[in-house]
Amino acid sequence: MAIAFTVNGQARQVAAAETATLLDVLRNHLGLMGTRYGCGLEQCGCCMVLVDGRPVHACTREVGSVAGRLVVTVEGLGSADKPHALQQAFLDEQAGQCGYCLSGILISAKALLDGNPKPSRGDIVAALDKHLCRCGSHQRIVRAVERAANAMNGAKQTGRAA
Amino acid sequence: MSGAPPAAPALLASLVENPRLDRWIHFDADRTVRIATGKVEIGQGVVTALGQIAAEELDLPFDRVRILSGDTAHGPDEMYTTSSQSIEMSGGSIRLVCAEVRSKALERAALRLNCSRDDLTVAEGRFLQNGQATGQDYWTVAGEIDFSQPPTGSAPVKPAASYRLVGRSVPRVDLPAKLTGAAFIHDFRPGNLVHARVLRQPNRGATLASLDEAAIAKAAKGELKIVREANFVAFVSPAESVAQAAAAAAPLHAKWSNVRRILPAQQEAAWLKGQPSEDRLLGAPAPAAAPRRPVEFTVSRPYVAHASLAPSCAFAEWRDGHLTVHSHGQGMHPLRRNLADALGVPADAITARHLHGAGCYGHNGADDAALDAALVARHLPGKCVRLQWRREEEFGFEPVGTAMLVTLKVDLDEKGRPADWTTEIWSGTHVQRPGMGAGYLLGSEALANPPPEVKPTDPPEARGGGGTRNSVPLYDVAAHRVVHHLVQRPPVRTSALRGLGALPNVFAIECLMDELAARANEDPVAYRLSILSERRGRRLVELVAERSNWKARGSAGSGKGLGMAFARYKNRAAYCAVAAAVTVEETVKVDKVWCVVDAGLVVNPDGARNQLEGGIVQALSWTLKEQVRFDEQGIASLDWDRYPILRFSEVPEIAAELVADDGNPSLGVGECSVGPTAAAIGNAVAHALGVRIHDMPLSRERIMAALLRT
Repeated sequence: MAIAFTVNGQARQVAAAETATLLDVLRNHLGLMGTRYGCGLEQCGCCMVLVDGRPVHACTREVGSVAGRLVVTVEGLGSADKPHALQQAFLDEQAGQCGYCLSGILISAKALLDGNPKPSRGDIVAALDKHLCRCGSHQRIVRAVERAANAMNGAKQTGRAA
Repeated sequence: MSGAPPAAPALLASLVENPRLDRWIHFDADRTVRIATGKVEIGQGVVTALGQIAAEELDLPFDRVRILSGDTAHGPDEMYTTSSQSIEMSGGSIRLVCAEVRSKALERAALRLNCSRDDLTVAEGRFLQNGQATGQDYWTVAGEIDFSQPPTGSAPVKPAASYRLVGRSVPRVDLPAKLTGAAFIHDFRPGNLVHARVLRQPNRGATLASLDEAAIAKAAKGELKIVREANFVAFVSPAESVAQAAAAAAPLHAKWSNVRRILPAQQEAAWLKGQPSEDRLLGAPAPAAAPRRPVEFTVSRPYVAHASLAPSCAFAEWRDGHLTVHSHGQGMHPLRRNLADALGVPADAITARHLHGAGCYGHNGADDAALDAALVARHLPGKCVRLQWRREEEFGFEPVGTAMLVTLKVDLDEKGRPADWTTEIWSGTHVQRPGMGAGYLLGSEALANPPPEVKPTDPPEARGGGGTRNSVPLYDVAAHRVVHHLVQRPPVRTSALRGLGALPNVFAIECLMDELAARANEDPVAYRLSILSERRGRRLVELVAERSNWKARGSAGSGKGLGMAFARYKNRAAYCAVAAAVTVEETVKVDKVWCVVDAGLVVNPDGARNQLEGGIVQALSWTLKEQVRFDEQGIASLDWDRYPILRFSEVPEIAAELVADDGNPSLGVGECSVGPTAAAIGNAVAHALGVRIHDMPLSRERIMAALLRT
């Protein structure tokens, strides 16, 4: 059956079972490979996406439950040519080694900054604690989120002043 | 000094093994140059660093260099990407090849311009004559160079003082894709794609008594093909979810005979002692006299996992008798040979290409997944088979880092310094990479004619050793020997994990150093310096003490601890000293880590710091939290709840610093921080508690037990 929802601002319809996982639909039906499989158990965070602005594990989320909702994946943040402030900050800090965990972490960071534009370091750590990084890039990742928050706040202030 | 000319330096092994310039360098029509390497990107930034070396030596803009990494069709065979050797070996080779090609290109241009070679220089890839543009560059003359010639390694390389790219923190070229979408082998989507999963044979020798294919097909809920070959079973479908569902249901519907049972107690390092082993004595003969002031000190490390964040994945396609494989393994040429052996086909019937995977930190399931994919593909010619391991398969069937038990027996002189030193090691093998001694690809055990069981071996001392890696202390000790018990039959498959035996051995040596200092009633830093003549090592010990404000270190047993440790990786790669501040209550909280490293010439300082930080976090995780757990069936820690690793809330602030190179050549840096980090934590926890914990991980149970002893 067809399930309709919005992905990265575009209305999409997929022919999939309602019980199919959102992760499977994003990757294998919609070709959005930035959402990654790590464990299928909600334990690692590699598959994190936003559903109506909230971070959820796509590996276990049934696609039927997102009908009519707004889904955002890492591709919806920005591209290599036009990176989101968060992606740019991760590049500026070289926050990553193998990079497999990063797309999920970017999603949780986006949710954090949307609700809390000036997070403390503790807020950032708490928001990312459900994510695993095996390479040990944690310190750079936290710094990158701080940098993005500062950049986004600076941009807002500049916008107001202008 | 005699007047004889110095002998020509031996050509790097990679150049000897790949004696054609065109295996290394190719000028493409789009005015880029393709530099090929046998080493592969595993998150360590090597593709970026090798590009810097090539662009530097050719005097090209960085963005004109493209790196072809891990490709049996076009690139060199440099075995595996291991042992922190990529910059020294592949980087050194690329530097010599580029210097040689630059020299040949300038010779050709000088002929064309009817000028002296010495009048020509290269700026941003353009050839200048006495500073003026000539219209000549690499691409105008490349057709006149015979790239089938062997590299001689004789062309002069640029002096380090003139470097403009090497030594700069060039951003990673592969990171933008990884932050924005498809970037990994898992994301590759060629035509004729089918998805596959495996039902793993529980152990070598287990035979499949029955398989209820109908029940599995029913659970899979979609188009499914079951591929069977002896005891190898795979589930194939155009839909990934169907293959996954079949594999998830399969264990319930499979009955195996000859299933091996192991004992959970075998998960402890202590089990190794007394098992059948191959024994070696390295170094000084046993002392003639009885020890006067003997000290014995034993530490252990359990089995630990690579625990890559992504399950292993591979692609294979048989077409017209040729097999094309894509893999995230650490060496494509060795993979091709191993696949050829397992499949009974000539190596030149196989092309193996590398695609990026998640960090592996050593020999995990990547190569095995490639054979699995090839076995399935052989039954489905013309289909491109994407085979991915399941999460529990990755934890349950990847080779793990071996447990180790290390006993140090030292005899002290009258000043409390070690005069005689014996290191005794009990360990499984650290390397069962197929084609490097003891190993073969896992899936071949399930075939009709499995390869013979191979006697385990360990890397030779010339390659840094395995269980013996870093077992020789760098301190001034008159007589030293190593007794190595290579345990023949560990209960699980073991193979290379970042640093091999370095972590347990450095943990042993450096924790003992603190114990000996305490016996002598001396400060641990001062005690080390009193027996450390090695100049580059002394500099780091002094520096890490300064950085960590060692002189303000409090008394032992306060719950707050500061510890330090030092080692030179493999006793021949980078030097590293680490200090760690901890707070210990029921568990260990690491407050801060300082790390200082002498790696000689560093090609990409930020990339090297990133590696140091990563090694520190991984070593903290191993030391504080990790142990592979067994049940009767084998490995039982099959998910992240049962195999927890260090989290964001547990990672300390880390200050990693590279000291000036003083003109010294590059030393491998990727693994140097793991041993000193583990030992610094061991010493910091001992300082905090006033009592030492000898066995890793330094878990809550062990802390509580230690507190009861105080």
